Amino acid sequence: MTESVLINLSNAILFLPVLGFVVTLLLGKKIKSIYLFEVFILTIVLLASIVLAFGKLSYFPDDKITAEFEWFRLTDTFAIKLGFLIDNITVLMLFVVALISGLVHYFSIAYMKGDERYNRYFAYLGLFTFSMNGIVLTHSIIMMYMFWELVGLSSYLLIGFWFEKKSAADAGKKAFLVNRIGDTGMLIGILILYLTYHTFSFDQIFASISAGVLPFNSDFWLSVTGVLLFMGAIGKSAQFPLHVWLPDAMEGPTPVSALIHAATMVAAGVYLTIRIFGLLTADAMMFIAIIGMLSAFIPATIALTQNDIKKVLAYSTVSQLGYMVMALGVGAYKFAFFHLVTHAFFKACLFLGSGSVIHAMHHEQDIRNMGGLRKKMPLTYATFLISSLAVSGIPLTSGFLSKDGILASTFAFGSLTGYWIFAVVGLLVAMLTAFYMFRLVVITFHGEPRDHHKFEHAHESPFVMTMPLTVLAILSIFIFYTPNPVSAEQGWFLTKWIDSPEVHTPNSTRFDFMQSNIVEQASLSGHGEIMYSEQYTEAMHSAHYPAMFLSLFFAVLGILTAFTFYQWKKVNVDKLVASVKPLYNFSLNKWFFDEFYQKTFVAGLFGLSKIMYWFDSKIVDGIVNGSATVTHALSIFMGGFDKYVVDGLVNFMAYLSGFFGLLFRRVQTGKVQTYIVLVIFSIIIFFFFL
Amino acid sequence: MNNFPILTFLTFLPILGMVIVLMLPKKQELSIKITTLLITGIQIILSIFLLMGYNFSAGGINDPSSFQFVEKFRWIDITGFAWIGKIKIDYFLGVDGLSTPLVLLTAIVVFIATISSWSIDKSVKGYFAMFLLLDTGMMGTFVALDFFLFYIFWELMLLPMYFLIGIWGGPRREYAAIKFFLYTLFGSIFILLVMIGLYFSSMETLADGTRVFTFNMLEMMNPANYTANGILSPLNPNNLRLIAYIALFAGFAIKIPMFPFHTWLPDAHVEAPTAISVILAGVLLKMGTYGILRVCYPVFPEITYQLAWWIALFGMINIIYGALTAMAQKDFKKLIAYSSVSHMGFVLLGMAGLNTIGISGAILQMFNHGTITAMLFLIVGVIYDRAHIRDLDAFGGLGKQMPIYTGFVTVAFFAAIGLPGLSGFISEALVFLGGFGSDTTRIFAVISTLGILLGATYMLWTMQRVYLGSLNEKWKELKDLTAREYFMLVPLTVIVIFLGVYPSPMLDLMNASVNAMVKFITDAQGVYSAFNSF
Repeated sequence: MTESVLINLSNAILFLPVLGFVVTLLLGKKIKSIYLFEVFILTIVLLASIVLAFGKLSYFPDDKITAEFEWFRLTDTFAIKLGFLIDNITVLMLFVVALISGLVHYFSIAYMKGDERYNRYFAYLGLFTFSMNGIVLTHSIIMMYMFWELVGLSSYLLIGFWFEKKSAADAGKKAFLVNRIGDTGMLIGILILYLTYHTFSFDQIFASISAGVLPFNSDFWLSVTGVLLFMGAIGKSAQFPLHVWLPDAMEGPTPVSALIHAATMVAAGVYLTIRIFGLLTADAMMFIAIIGMLSAFIPATIALTQNDIKKVLAYSTVSQLGYMVMALGVGAYKFAFFHLVTHAFFKACLFLGSGSVIHAMHHEQDIRNMGGLRKKMPLTYATFLISSLAVSGIPLTSGFLSKDGILASTFAFGSLTGYWIFAVVGLLVAMLTAFYMFRLVVITFHGEPRDHHKFEHAHESPFVMTMPLTVLAILSIFIFYTPNPVSAEQGWFLTKWIDSPEVHTPNSTRFDFMQSNIVEQASLSGHGEIMYSEQYTEAMHSAHYPAMFLSLFFAVLGILTAFTFYQWKKVNVDKLVASVKPLYNFSLNKWFFDEFYQKTFVAGLFGLSKIMYWFDSKIVDGIVNGSATVTHALSIFMGGFDKYVVDGLVNFMAYLSGFFGLLFRRVQTGKVQTYIVLVIFSIIIFFFFL
Repeated sequence: MNNFPILTFLTFLPILGMVIVLMLPKKQELSIKITTLLITGIQIILSIFLLMGYNFSAGGINDPSSFQFVEKFRWIDITGFAWIGKIKIDYFLGVDGLSTPLVLLTAIVVFIATISSWSIDKSVKGYFAMFLLLDTGMMGTFVALDFFLFYIFWELMLLPMYFLIGIWGGPRREYAAIKFFLYTLFGSIFILLVMIGLYFSSMETLADGTRVFTFNMLEMMNPANYTANGILSPLNPNNLRLIAYIALFAGFAIKIPMFPFHTWLPDAHVEAPTAISVILAGVLLKMGTYGILRVCYPVFPEITYQLAWWIALFGMINIIYGALTAMAQKDFKKLIAYSSVSHMGFVLLGMAGLNTIGISGAILQMFNHGTITAMLFLIVGVIYDRAHIRDLDAFGGLGKQMPIYTGFVTVAFFAAIGLPGLSGFISEALVFLGGFGSDTTRIFAVISTLGILLGATYMLWTMQRVYLGSLNEKWKELKDLTAREYFMLVPLTVIVIFLGVYPSPMLDLMNASVNAMVKFITDAQGVYSAFNSF
C-alpha cells in the first residue's frame, strides 16, 4: 500500500460515477436495463472507498496525502490547481457517501420501479455521487466551490425529478436559489482569500495565516472571511435563516431525500466548516455557534406538529445539522464530525424506512392515515425504531455517543466562557427530538390502522429495500465506534480515526481555552495542532457525566411524553392543542418563514424588476425614442426653414440681383460718349471727396 | 503555407460567396444555401489552419513584429493632396491573442447561423447575399490593424444587418432596423471623429525617412509617434484625449451594448430572425468590447487607468440592471436579450480590473457568451418555429414533450448561470478574481456577485415556466429536435462543456497577448505621466 495507490483509488472513486452518469444518461432511452451499469459502478466505488479507508487508516493514519495538477495558468503567480487532500476525515466521509449512495442505489431499484424516467434517475444519482466525492476529496477552496455548485445542480435535478408536479419544480428551483444566496457569500470569501494569499489550497492558506498574514491586515477581516465562507454552509446545510428549502426538497423521490437531503449533501456544509476550521476566529466561531443553536432549536419546534412523515424527518435533519454546526462553533471539532457520521447512517435509515412505508402505503405520506404498520412491516419497524432511538440519544446507539459528546462540549464551553445558552438549548432540543421522533414512531407503527384500505394492501418491502435498512440500522449501534457504550472518548473513532483539528488563527483571536500553551512549539511547527488548554480538558471531563445524565433524562422524558400522548392516550392531545392554539399554529406553519420571505424578499425582488423594466422601457428607451421624435420634428422644422427661409433668401437674392440688374441696365447703354461722361463725373466726385 | 494570405481569404471569401450567390438564379434556393454553407465551412477550416500555425507565445497588441499572419501593403497612396499633404493608408491585417479567439468565434457562429438560416423562405438570394456581406464585415473588423480599414469593415456590417432585420424580421422589423441603424451610426460618428483626430496627431516614419500622418493603430499606440501639437497628442498640454476617449468608448459601448445605450438590443433581437439574433448576440456585441480593448486601451493607456473606476461601475450596472430587467420579461427572446446585457457587463467588469486575470476573464467571457447565447437564441428559435409564439407564460411542461431539446436547454441555461463544468463559470470566476484584485474595482466586483444570484433566478424561473410543470394540452403535437437542429446545438454544447472542463487551450491562446497588454498599459503610465509634467 503506497500513497500513489491511495491517489489512484481516489481518482477511481471520483471519476467512475461520471462514467456511470454519462453512459446511463445517453443510453437510457435505448437500453432498458442500463441502470444496472450505474448500480455496478457504484458497487465498485463502494468497494474502492472501503479499500481506501482501510488503507489510509491502517497504513498512513497520521499522514496528510495531497496530490494536485495545474488546471490552467495565466501568469507566473496565478494558476488554478485542482487536487486531492486525503486525510482521515476525507476517507471516512468518502466511505459514508459511497456506502449510503450504494445502498440508495439498491433501494431505488425497487422503489422507483415503473417510473417512466427510471434510467435517468440513476444517471442523476451518479452525477450527485461524483459531485459529492469532489467536495470531499478536494484540497482547495475553489475546487470545493465548483463541486459545491455541482451538487446544487444534482440536487435541483433530483428534487424536481417529477417535474410535472408544480410543487416539485418549485421546490427544486427554491433549493437552488436559496443555496445560491449562501454561495454568493462564499464566493466573496474565496475572493478575499485569493487576494490575500494568492492560493486556493487549504494548506497553503493555513500556513500563511500561521505566518501572520491576514486579510487586509486585520483580525476583523479574518473573522469576516470565516463568516462569509460559512455562508456557503448555511445554504447547503440548510441552517437558519436559509433552512426553508430543505423541507420543500422532500418533493424529490424518498431515496434521494435519504441520500442528499439527510446524509450527505446537507452535511457538506458541516464538512466545509470542518475544512476551514483552522481559520475561524473566536468571533466567527461565536457566530457559527449561534446559527447552529437557532438551527437546532427552530426546526425542532416545527417538527412537533408536522403530519407528513418526510417533513418531520426533514426538520429533524435541519435540527441535527444545527447540532453539528453548534458543536463546531463551541470548538467541539471531533464531535461535530462524529455526529455527522452517526447521523448520516441513522437519518438515512429513517428516510429509507419512511420510503419503505410510503412505498407500502401507495404513496401515502400523511401519518394521520397510517398506524399499526408494525405488524405488517416488522423489519422496517425494527430498523426505524433503532434509528429513532439513535437520533433521540438513547444509550447503546451511536447517536447517544455523538450527541452526548456535543452536549458535554457545550457544557464545557459554558463553564469556560459563561455562555450557557448553548447547553440549555442543546438539552431542550434533545427532549424535543425524542418527543417528535416517538410521536412519529407511535402514530405510524403502533395503535390501530386508520386507513384500512391502504393498510390491507400494505406489505413488507422486498429484499433490495430492507437490506439497506438493516445495514444502516446495524451501523447505528455503538460498537462500530467505541467499545465503551457510554463514552466514545477512548474509542478508536475519536482517538485513532479522526484527525485532531488544526487552528492557525493568531492567538489573540482565539478563545482562551484554545490558546496553545507552548508558544514556541506552535510557532515552530507552522501548522501547530490545536492546543486545547488544560482547563478545557478538565471542563470536558467534569462536564461528561452531568451532560450525559441530563441528556438521557430529557430524552427519556421526551419519549415518555410521546407515549403518554399518543400510545397510552393519557392526555387528550386535541384539547391540549386547542389550549395553545396560537403556538400550535405558529409551529404548524413553520414560524411563517416562507410567508415572510415571500412577502419581503421575493415580492421585493419582483417589484424591483418590474420597476427596472418600467424605467428601461419608459425612461431610457423613452429618451431614445423622444430624441428621435425631437429630431424628426426638428427635421420638419428645418425642412420648412429650408424651404421658406434659406430657399427664400436665395430666391430673394436672385430677385434682388434681378432688380439691380434691371436698374443698372439703364446705365449700360452701349454708347461710348455716355460712358466717358460717367467716368469724368466719377473722377470729379472722387477728387472732390478726397 | 507561410505566404498564404489566410486572413484575406477568411475575410473576403464571403464576398466571393456573395458574388456567386448573386449570379445564381433566384429559383435555385438550395444551391444558394449550399454555397453559403460551403463558404462558411471553408472559413471554419481556414480558422483551424490559423490555429495550427498560431504561435502561442507571441504577444501582439502594440508590437507589429509579434502579430501573426500579417499582411501589409500600401492601399491608398496619395502624394500631395491640398493642405493635408500625403495620404498613405495601409491594407494591414494581422491577429494576436486578442483577435484570434474572436475570429474563431465568428467562424463557428456564422456557420451555425447558416444552418439556422435554412428555414428562410423569403427572397432567399437577397438574404444570403446580405448574410455573406455581413460575414466579411465581422471578420474584417477583427483582423484589421489599420484604423481606417477597421472603420470601413465596422461600417460595412451596418448595412447588411439593417436589411437582414428590416426585411426578414418580425412585425415591428422596420422600427427595430432603423433604431439599430441610427443608434450604431450615431456611435460610428464618434469613432470616425476620434479616428481623424488621431490621424492628425500621430505620424509614422516611412522607409525613406519621411514622416507622414498615419491610420496605423500600432503606430498610434507608440507615444513617440505623436506630433507636438496634435489635438490628441499627449505632448500637447491642451489635448483633448480624455474627451476623445469618452467619445470613442461611447461609440464602442453602443455596440456592447452598455447601459444606457442598450435599448436597441431587445428590439433588434425580438424582430430579427433566429439566425440573425444568433449572429447579433454571438458576434456583433463582442465588437464593442473588442474595439475598447483593441483601440481604447493601448492608444489611451493613461486615460484607461483614469477611467477604470467608471468602466467597472458601468459593468456592474449592466450586470445587475440587465438581470433585473430580464426578470420582468414575458417574451422569451427579450429575456435572453436582456440576459446578454447582463453577461456583457462581466466583460466590462473584467477588463476594468486592468490585470491579467480580469482581462483574460473578459476575453474568455466574450467567447463563452458568444457560444452560450447562440445556444440560447437557437433554443428560443426551436419553439418559435413550432409554436409561433414566444410568450413565456404560454408554455409549460415541454420537458415531457421534448425531452432531448430540454436536455440541451438545461445545458445552455446552466452554462448561462455559470455552473462549474460549463464554460461560463471559468470566465465569470476570472472576472470576479480580476475585478476583486484591483483596488479601484473591488467594490463593484463584490456587488456584482449579486448578478450570479439574479442570473440563476430568471433562468430557473424561465426553465420552470416553459419546460417544467404539467404540459399545456395545446402543445401536445410539438415534435422533438430535427436533425438540422441537432447539427446546430451539438457543436455548441461540445464547446461549452469542453471549455468548462478544460479551458487551457483558449486561455493559452490569449495569454501572451493579455500579458503583453497588461505590461504595455502598465509601463505606459510612466511614459505618459512624463508628458504631463512638461
